Amino acid sequence: MADTLLLWPVVLPLIGAALAAAFHSRPEVQRIIALTVMILTFGASLVLANAVIAGGILTKTFGSWMPPFGVVFVADRFSVAMVVISSLLALCALIFSVADLRQRQVRSGFYPLFLGLMIGVNGAFLTGDIFNLYVWFEVMLIATLGLITLDRTRAQIDGAIKYAVLNLLSTILFLMAIGLLYGATGTLNMADLAMVLPQTESSAALTLSAMMFLLAFGIKAGFFPMFFWLPASYHTASIIVSAVFAGLLTKVGVYALFRVFTLLFEVDNGTLKPLIGVFAAGTMLFGVFGAAVQWDVRRILSFHIISQIGYIMLGLAIATPLAMAGAVFYIIHHIVVKANLFFIAGAIHRATGSFDLRKSGGLMKSSPWLAVLFAIPALSLAGIPPLSGFWAKLMVVDASFQGDEAWLAGIALFVSLLTIFSMSKIWIEAFWKEPVRKTRVRHVPAAMMAPIVVLGAITLAIGINPEPLVAFSNLAADSIGNRTELIGAIIDQSTTAGVTP
Amino acid sequence: MSLIYAFAVAAQMGAGIYLLLSRHVMRILFGVVLLSTAANLLIFIAGGLQFTAPPVIEPGSQTLGEGAANPLPQALILTAIVIGFALVSFAAALVLKAYYTLGSVFTDEHNDAEALGSPFEKEAIRNG
Repeated sequence: MADTLLLWPVVLPLIGAALAAAFHSRPEVQRIIALTVMILTFGASLVLANAVIAGGILTKTFGSWMPPFGVVFVADRFSVAMVVISSLLALCALIFSVADLRQRQVRSGFYPLFLGLMIGVNGAFLTGDIFNLYVWFEVMLIATLGLITLDRTRAQIDGAIKYAVLNLLSTILFLMAIGLLYGATGTLNMADLAMVLPQTESSAALTLSAMMFLLAFGIKAGFFPMFFWLPASYHTASIIVSAVFAGLLTKVGVYALFRVFTLLFEVDNGTLKPLIGVFAAGTMLFGVFGAAVQWDVRRILSFHIISQIGYIMLGLAIATPLAMAGAVFYIIHHIVVKANLFFIAGAIHRATGSFDLRKSGGLMKSSPWLAVLFAIPALSLAGIPPLSGFWAKLMVVDASFQGDEAWLAGIALFVSLLTIFSMSKIWIEAFWKEPVRKTRVRHVPAAMMAPIVVLGAITLAIGINPEPLVAFSNLAADSIGNRTELIGAIIDQSTTAGVTP
Repeated sequence: MSLIYAFAVAAQMGAGIYLLLSRHVMRILFGVVLLSTAANLLIFIAGGLQFTAPPVIEPGSQTLGEGAANPLPQALILTAIVIGFALVSFAAALVLKAYYTLGSVFTDEHNDAEALGSPFEKEAIRNG
């Protein structure tokens, strides 16, 4: 029965999306459905994580087509960690939306689209088939396109065009890469590909396929030469949507990149390693420079997503087990912190009426608790001890020194310094400065504060006691690096089921 | 034979990328259409071009006969066509909406999103 555990994180949001769409005219019912479904999904993801930690890799094949023929779902430590953290974030976003969502946005289909996004995200984390991954990417893409244009304002339509065109290009490249890979190997199952590829002689088609994967996931993840769509679109969406996008979407791209470039292609064989190193350095630098001149809180934070993606890429660029563990730790830390900062941007908007820092101010006096709650993720993002970001940065920077890539470590430390600059800019302008407009500062409702408090508490807890998560990241990095374990878990089934392909 | 197809796909992709670089949103849309069909053709060719029998299992048999075509690339393309159709229709609707809302089909006149939080006073007046 254990293998059905894998289905619930995808099936529950699917049921929820269908029900929410059926109750389109009843916003209250939709809200209850969405909250219930997300609580159940979070519970299901915890049960799944527990099963994987206790019993190793879980797999589920569909329609009794044995691997490598049928579509297969796989959960190892890395993927369950992603499922748990994204379900938690989605739950937080829904609680935040209780206070922040407008009737008009619900009528535009917020709940079905939001749950649709979660189907795609969880599906992408759990699938073990490269074409199936493409399908989940498309599910995600169509849901995000609906969410980003929820209010249909001028800025949103403008942002959505940039988002749509570049992400369509990315999925088309992904599809082409799959086509070429299939032509060269004749299989689509990731474990089977990992077995077949080392024996396949290298050809132009395979190199092209690897480069297209890098480009396609690079656009999705938002790293250096391909990130321009992200700061042009993320900040236009409503703040709940921005927070979920910031936390999850780029990380799905990073997850797919990690899977493809550990399981199918090697980073460590020379040509790719310096390339990814340059990408990581560029991503860190250009993200943080872009943020420095902006005045809209959401745009500052959007540029910081990019610079933080650079740190995660650093893990892949060095490609030692230590670096991979650092990257896994960094992804988990980053999802929590970045979404939290976007939620706080929403709270700042609620309190002062503007996302523009020049027009806000005085929050230190009027809501000192919000100031404290901003300080936690902001300092964590910059990497100040004892918060979670410090340990995340320590792991990747330590790995780059040990991996003889000291220049990357130098850039990482320099970028941290500039991150403090951006965070103190938000702090000085929104919290310290006297209010610009003589309007009364509005009260921030409890439903908006609750997710901020929960995510802040997680950041603090990881910061004060990082050991369990470090140990978990090390194990997860082992399971990413260990191809044979994953291949064994998927392919073995065909012999145990008594069917020989 | 394959080479002719390869050049045809290359030409189509080149045209698609060229249109994608345009400032006119309709041309960008056509670029996306060309690219998504080029991707389908690419899978078709990558699957191997041979004169084979249709992949139909004869009555009384459990497996495909000798010399039958590989059905998987066709299944992949079918999925990709459906997905591509949905995304292109959404993109077309988005372009139409952009024309009505922003009043222009040229992307250099679409700068409402970038103006938010801009350091330049002139652009920042629209900030909420």
